[in-house]
Amino acid sequence: MSGRLDGGGPLASMRAWWTMLAICLEERLVYRGDFALGTLMRFLPMVTQVFLWTAVFAATSRRDVAGYSRNDIVAYYLLAMLTRAFSSMPGLSTGIARSIRDGSVKKYLVQPVDYVSFLLAARIAHKLVYYAVAILPFGGVFIACRGFFPPPPDATTMSIFVLSLVLSFLLGFFMEATLGMIGFWVLEVSSLVFAYMLVQYLLSGHMFPIDMLAGIPTGLPGTSLADVVRWLPFEYTAYFPAAVWLGKIRGPDLVRALAIEAAWVVVMAIACRVAWKRGTRRYAAFGG
Amino acid sequence: MHNSGPSSVAAPVIEVAGLAKEYRVYDKPEGLWASVRGLLHRTSRVVEALRGVNLTVGRGEFVALLGPNGAGKTTFLKLLSGIITPSRGTARVLGHVPWERADDFRRRFALVMGQRNQLWWDLPAAESFRLHKEIYRLDAARFERTRDELVDLLGVKKLVLQPVRELSLGERMKLELVAALLHEPEVLFLDEPTIGLDVVAQHTIHEFLRHVQAERRTTVILTTHYMKDVAALCERVVVITHGDIVHDGPLAEIVDRFTTHKIVTLDLDDPSATARIERCGFPCEVRGPRVVLRIDRQRIADVLPEILRSDGVRDVSVEDVPLEEIVAELFRSGAPERRAVVETAR
Repeated sequence: MSGRLDGGGPLASMRAWWTMLAICLEERLVYRGDFALGTLMRFLPMVTQVFLWTAVFAATSRRDVAGYSRNDIVAYYLLAMLTRAFSSMPGLSTGIARSIRDGSVKKYLVQPVDYVSFLLAARIAHKLVYYAVAILPFGGVFIACRGFFPPPPDATTMSIFVLSLVLSFLLGFFMEATLGMIGFWVLEVSSLVFAYMLVQYLLSGHMFPIDMLAGIPTGLPGTSLADVVRWLPFEYTAYFPAAVWLGKIRGPDLVRALAIEAAWVVVMAIACRVAWKRGTRRYAAFGG
Repeated sequence: MHNSGPSSVAAPVIEVAGLAKEYRVYDKPEGLWASVRGLLHRTSRVVEALRGVNLTVGRGEFVALLGPNGAGKTTFLKLLSGIITPSRGTARVLGHVPWERADDFRRRFALVMGQRNQLWWDLPAAESFRLHKEIYRLDAARFERTRDELVDLLGVKKLVLQPVRELSLGERMKLELVAALLHEPEVLFLDEPTIGLDVVAQHTIHEFLRHVQAERRTTVILTTHYMKDVAALCERVVVITHGDIVHDGPLAEIVDRFTTHKIVTLDLDDPSATARIERCGFPCEVRGPRVVLRIDRQRIADVLPEILRSDGVRDVSVEDVPLEEIVAELFRSGAPERRAVVETAR
């Protein structure tokens, strides 16, 4: 006597996941109000960046810095901001750490549901609702600033740009989720999150295009700082998609960068899974 | 591989042997300086939350797990539901080792904690139910039938479409129970399900649990501090103190074993009669015209007619010692000196 459906398999998992997504969407819609203002606020730091670069270009006779004209710089910051709307995960790692600390993570140990899949559904819902609201301020700013952009890229570049955005979402998700799961070992992850944010800010291209690190030697012959950063995951969460749109990376370099990004997504997804497995084992042994 | 086939009527649903759980707790001495030193050197102790417990529960049993705060009740339920792993010992629930957390096992039991919310806070409970339908992979028609039945039994039809955060504690608890029982679990663990609820809500939940349990032959383990829960629901009582099971048997047996006397309450016409009653030598308490006597159970048949013959007795009632008192006695009888802690330093 039971109400269980036997079998099910991947199809049933998909259905469960879709329901999770739908329910997370409904939940997010309860809080739709605070998004609109928050989004506009995001553009404020950019205004100072634009002023700063305007001053830089006024003070020098050079027409470009590391291959970026003043217009390129403005377009770059706007595109990096757009990428960060995909790759940044506000509250993800601290939320995971909180659920571990206050014990609400238990629910996912007792119920036949996968926590990482659930978090992913919740985050996609979060993003979809965010985009639905943020499209207005984003669209407004992009239209107002259209004069700074070079002509739009061709269809192939455009599709690679979209792909790199989707990958940047996944990369950001798995990096921050893994970071949050460190909460199984240390109760308070906020200082770790802070350190991560700092590195992220410097090396993702959020602060300046990574091309500007090309002139900085690392001590290794023929290797600049930009060459090193290329192999790290950070620049794929802000710089890379923007550089694709602006045509800064082409040909074999583009293929290689895309492969590195995809590889990091796989590595971080595995890291997240492993952290969950080991973390719950530790939780079961010491905490609970 | 473990046996996951349907358990036969004879096979026990829960089998626990030598189950022990130790926790390491860190002492945090008072004061700022001590806290700074604590960064380098912390002293810790090992606390034995559960000290080698044996228990066998058959299908359809309704077991009360009683014990004072910190006795190990919740630790025991966490072990049985696979949230934590034991330090020693074995457990099988429905043929599964709980802490392996096989999906097949997790679809067949439910855990309800009175102080923890499983429902989505900002959404109506109906949405949480819908999610349960998918994660427990329930057949649509069956899900609807079960849901409607449970909702009817608890009288919460009007509440399922209201955001959970707007509901009262009692209403929320009822919906938690519906959510937990949607997948018709064969084993149900209830950790203080009636905590903080008013008498009416408690009664509704008793009726509900009794009905559902009888209908489905669910195996239930319930922890509680309310003896009303026990008296209304459980035939079997397991008492844990200091991590050990100190009693396991039918409720009636406990009452029998620990009730050495009866409570006799007399209402007197004449307050002067109290002196006469007091002289009869039983411990007694005078509250105005009312006298409460504790009389040895063996002697009650002899003593009572004698008392009733005396003048001025208008009314009499004979009651058992309240269950609370019996259980408090049982809790005290658990050996506290065995709660050894191992001092260690790190």
